[in-house]
Amino acid sequence: MYPYILPCIVILSVAFYLLGARRANSIAVFYGGTKNLHSLPSHYGLYSAICCALPPILVFVLWRIFEETFITSSLSQSLPQEYLTLSANELTLVYNEIKNVALGGFGANSSNQVIKDAATLYLANLHSARNLVCALIVVLGIIPPLFALKHISKDLRARNIVENIGMAVLIACSAVAILTTVGIVLSVIFEALHFFKAVPVSDFLFGLKWSPQVAMRADQAGSSGAFGAVPVFLGTFLIASIAMSVAIPIGLLSAIYLSEYATNRTRTLVKPILEILAGIPTVVYGFFAALTVAPLIRDIGTALGCSVSSESALAAGLVMGIMIIPFVSSLSDDVIHAVPQTMRDGSLALGATHFETIRNVIIPAALPGIVGSILLAISRALGETMIVVMAAGLSANLTFNPLTAVTTVTVQIVTLLVGDQEFDSPKTLAAFALGLLLFIFTLILNIIALKIVRRYREQYE
Amino acid sequence: MEIATNPTDTPFSIIMPKPIDHENSSDQIVQPDRETVGIPFVKHPRMSCRDVVVRYGDKQAINSISIDVGKNEALAMIGPSGCGKSTFLRCLNRMNDTIPSCRVEGSICLDGIDIYDPATDVVPLRARVGMVFQKPNPFPKSIYDNVAYGPQIHGLTSTKAELDTIVETSLSKAGLWDEVKDRLQEPGTGLSGGQQQRLCIARAIAVSPEVILMDEPCSALDPIATAKVEELIAELRTQYSIVIVTHAMQQAARVSQRTAYFHLGDLVEVGATDKVFTNPLHKLTEDYITGRFG
Ligand SMILES: Nc1ncnc2c1ncn2[C@@H]1O[C@H](COP(=O)(O)OP(=O)(O)OP(=O)(O)O)[C@@H](O)[C@H]1O
Ligand SMILES: [Mg+2]
Repeated sequence: MYPYILPCIVILSVAFYLLGARRANSIAVFYGGTKNLHSLPSHYGLYSAICCALPPILVFVLWRIFEETFITSSLSQSLPQEYLTLSANELTLVYNEIKNVALGGFGANSSNQVIKDAATLYLANLHSARNLVCALIVVLGIIPPLFALKHISKDLRARNIVENIGMAVLIACSAVAILTTVGIVLSVIFEALHFFKAVPVSDFLFGLKWSPQVAMRADQAGSSGAFGAVPVFLGTFLIASIAMSVAIPIGLLSAIYLSEYATNRTRTLVKPILEILAGIPTVVYGFFAALTVAPLIRDIGTALGCSVSSESALAAGLVMGIMIIPFVSSLSDDVIHAVPQTMRDGSLALGATHFETIRNVIIPAALPGIVGSILLAISRALGETMIVVMAAGLSANLTFNPLTAVTTVTVQIVTLLVGDQEFDSPKTLAAFALGLLLFIFTLILNIIALKIVRRYREQYE
Repeated sequence: MEIATNPTDTPFSIIMPKPIDHENSSDQIVQPDRETVGIPFVKHPRMSCRDVVVRYGDKQAINSISIDVGKNEALAMIGPSGCGKSTFLRCLNRMNDTIPSCRVEGSICLDGIDIYDPATDVVPLRARVGMVFQKPNPFPKSIYDNVAYGPQIHGLTSTKAELDTIVETSLSKAGLWDEVKDRLQEPGTGLSGGQQQRLCIARAIAVSPEVILMDEPCSALDPIATAKVEELIAELRTQYSIVIVTHAMQQAARVSQRTAYFHLGDLVEVGATDKVFTNPLHKLTEDYITGRFG
């Protein structure tokens, strides 16, 4: 019964929808047409269907949430005395083992008789509880809608009820998105706080040395662990600014060409090609950067007589810039294209040249959208990992020189968390602190951008 | 052949009401109902249009129109909605260039030089033939910068003080100065519709164009602002030429010396304004101004 409960609810609600609509129709016939009812028959149908579906779904969701706790607590009485004195963590392990034996999961063949008995009890409890829930759900799926059907009358405001419930569903959906964000942020903050217990905040924010290898044993040499985030963030901003100084001019100028000078045919041809750039996987860009661009830069550097390491911020930044061109160009092209023709006409009619019109009228008018596209590109640049891993290296050098190897926040997070790690060493927790700081940076960036955009909106719309 | 008018109240003398001479008149399709009646031509025209045909794609919006715009003249264009007044007006400073589907045939001359000649540079042309559009289209700039934009790009001023003077006089002429003098740095788009229209007028006259094309400049204005703009037109006419499209017949009567009546892409009648309104020659004109049209 239990596995089929959801399809049952669906079938029941469809049935009650039809019943509700039919009953509304027959009432309508009595009163001389649907126009004399408060709502449409379909609203009455939806009303009964919701009465049918909503209570069972609520019960089901609640059951799914509390099933685990409910069943395990029912076990606790039956366990022998010595288990009850165990600490909470150990008890959880015992419960997991029972569950695995009962449901045939990992480590299902336990030799411990106590566990085996408990597992049998677990299964029995589970089945009886589930049957109980099923019965409850069926009752709830039939009784309330029957009352709803009886309730249907000429004056029942079914449309308002249905619309209110619809709104509640919409609110619930947006709440999911918001709560997820809040949850992620909170978890990052808590882990970061753990980290800051081991490493002082000031050391992290202002420390100039980043070498997160911590000694595993006391006799290990040379790995005391230094968690100064400055070199990492410096590397991030160095690469991001190289990328942006490639992407902003090229992207913006090609957007201007596409929207202002290109014929419609060229535009429809060229724009998709530019957008393909955004579809290339970043790994591909990564080895393009590592195997083609980085050696090229090194060769040019050697020819000019300056030393360039084979992994350089410049190579990663350049390639990353190419990668984010379409973010700038495609969006900017759209907003420039959307500037009304009357605005151009006004400027041209004053005897302005096409170029003056673009510079003085069209770009200012399109600025909010352009800023938006640039910000999107910046957040892509800050978050990009692959290209940097492959082309800029892993060493956290404190330098402004784009010809040396640097590392970025995201790369460090990856290297900190890749592989077998203990989750309470400062080394792994440092990843959360880095993530938090990066998040704060992008948040500030977004707030600034919103401010700019809003200011221009107010002025120009 | 000549139509007699009172020579004292017209600043220009009237010549033949016939289209220009064609070397080969035998292959001309005679369309008597499309012939313009009245006095389309003047002796010393500022702009002269001959056989102008405008098409949007396959759709012909203007059927072979010939008309002159005299010096120191305000020419009013009236006619039912969609008859091609704006389209024709936009031909006079080649604003139709910005509409890809639009094709203009015939010749339009400014001081004897064909503006549609490939050798003609359209940028200085538009500086000489200014335009106020049917819908107000202020730039996304401050009120001050909206007016200062034209003089700045043409380098009309060398000092900030000169620019300030131009902005102030332009705004006062357009009847907007008193309303905006305390908020010149606020965005032009924040003004009301009527104020925006006057801002666009100020913007157009700030570059001192020789011909000013106005497409229903007063459609969003109250009577006081309208009177102000009409005053401005009278003043501008002493130096420049003005072509104004209007739906208000009283306005045409008040501000213009000649009135042209358009009908479904045809120029039906052109004549001295008082003549057209009191004694129209063409049946269609009469129907329109007596309100029998449509
Ligand atoms: N950009 C365009 N593309 C295609 N057809 C156009 C375009 N602009 C105008 N037309 C057509 O040309 C004809 C004349 O339009 P126009 O705007 O000149 O009329 P109008 O006399 O100014 O009317 P109104 O008094 O309503 O402003 C109309 O039939 C219109 O549909
Ligand atoms: Mg018009």
